[in-house]
Amino acid sequence: MLGPFDYVFWVASFLLEVGVVFCTIYRRVFRSYLPLNTYMACMALVNCGQYACIKRFGYDSPEYAYFYFYTDGLMMILMFLVIMHFYEQIFIEMNVARYIRGAATLLLAATALFSYLVIRQHQDHLSGRFIGEFSQNIYFVGLVLTYLLWGAVLKLRETRTQLVQFVLALGIYFSGTAATYALQNLFPGLWLIVLHWLPGVMGAWLPAAWLYTFAKVPREARLSTAPLAVVTR
Amino acid sequence: MMAALICVVSLAAFLQFFVSYCRSILATTREVELSERVREVSGIHNASVAADDFGRLRQLLHLCLEGGRDRKEIRAIEIYYRLLRILGRMSHSTVPSVSSWVDEERRSCSYFAAVVLDRRISENRDMFNRQLDNGL
Repeated sequence: MLGPFDYVFWVASFLLEVGVVFCTIYRRVFRSYLPLNTYMACMALVNCGQYACIKRFGYDSPEYAYFYFYTDGLMMILMFLVIMHFYEQIFIEMNVARYIRGAATLLLAATALFSYLVIRQHQDHLSGRFIGEFSQNIYFVGLVLTYLLWGAVLKLRETRTQLVQFVLALGIYFSGTAATYALQNLFPGLWLIVLHWLPGVMGAWLPAAWLYTFAKVPREARLSTAPLAVVTR
Repeated sequence: MMAALICVVSLAAFLQFFVSYCRSILATTREVELSERVREVSGIHNASVAADDFGRLRQLLHLCLEGGRDRKEIRAIEIYYRLLRILGRMSHSTVPSVSSWVDEERRSCSYFAAVVLDRRISENRDMFNRQLDNGL
């Protein structure tokens, strides 16, 4: 059963996602960040779909579980496209876009194949525990990709403030979500007490942070990334 | 085993990303010079702002009319400052090198609050002048 806080985070996420899309249209950067905007728009639609699904079938229904699980998988594929877009932006001067696209296609195919095999193996018992484990692994893959991206930002001394903040916000999102699902698998009892709120909080965090960056940080703003590294060399 | 490993790595990465994100916000004010007016109001007499000044500067910020432009930034930095204070207390006697790093970070947070206060005082003064002009 969903509580008032769940609805608050849900509505906040939806409004922030729509806000990101409108803000990029207003700032005339919609096409420059097309994958990011596609992700935000689809996420807003998924939120509406989840709400309709809960209203019609109920929170504990298998229909909602399947809807949540499959849309989460699809959104993850879109998120990989966003990450690849960031990689392209960071390596833009090295003319390696062709290789990045190749690597992205390979990664997408591998993720899709892995997901298909796992789902086929577990199709008779798509339990909450299995979904938790699967989400933990898939978000961890996202975290690894973002961590490598952050490494590239530091190594190549990327100075665009907007890009740096996008990557860092993504890192917080993936690490927070992966840690939440991992904690759920380790301590299932904690899920109902505190952990079930965290994916909602993280879901609201990402559009909030991106909206902040689009709205407040000028596109031409620059910063030195060296002082941002926690471990200085 | 796998879940425990993912949990530890994710939490470590979360901390690292969170600290870097807060630093990226703090970096936007690092080069900004504080005006004499804000130094006078907040009682900052030295060249640098002290690590413990954050609370006082935050209270002064509450006294200013807020335009809503920097509310989220200051809230994020406030969370960061509180986490640093907890870490500082824990590491004070055990790991001195971490303690000095924490102090430096807290000083950056205080400087950020001073810059925001300076901006707000300036905005409030402009608004007051505009109202005076309209009244006359």
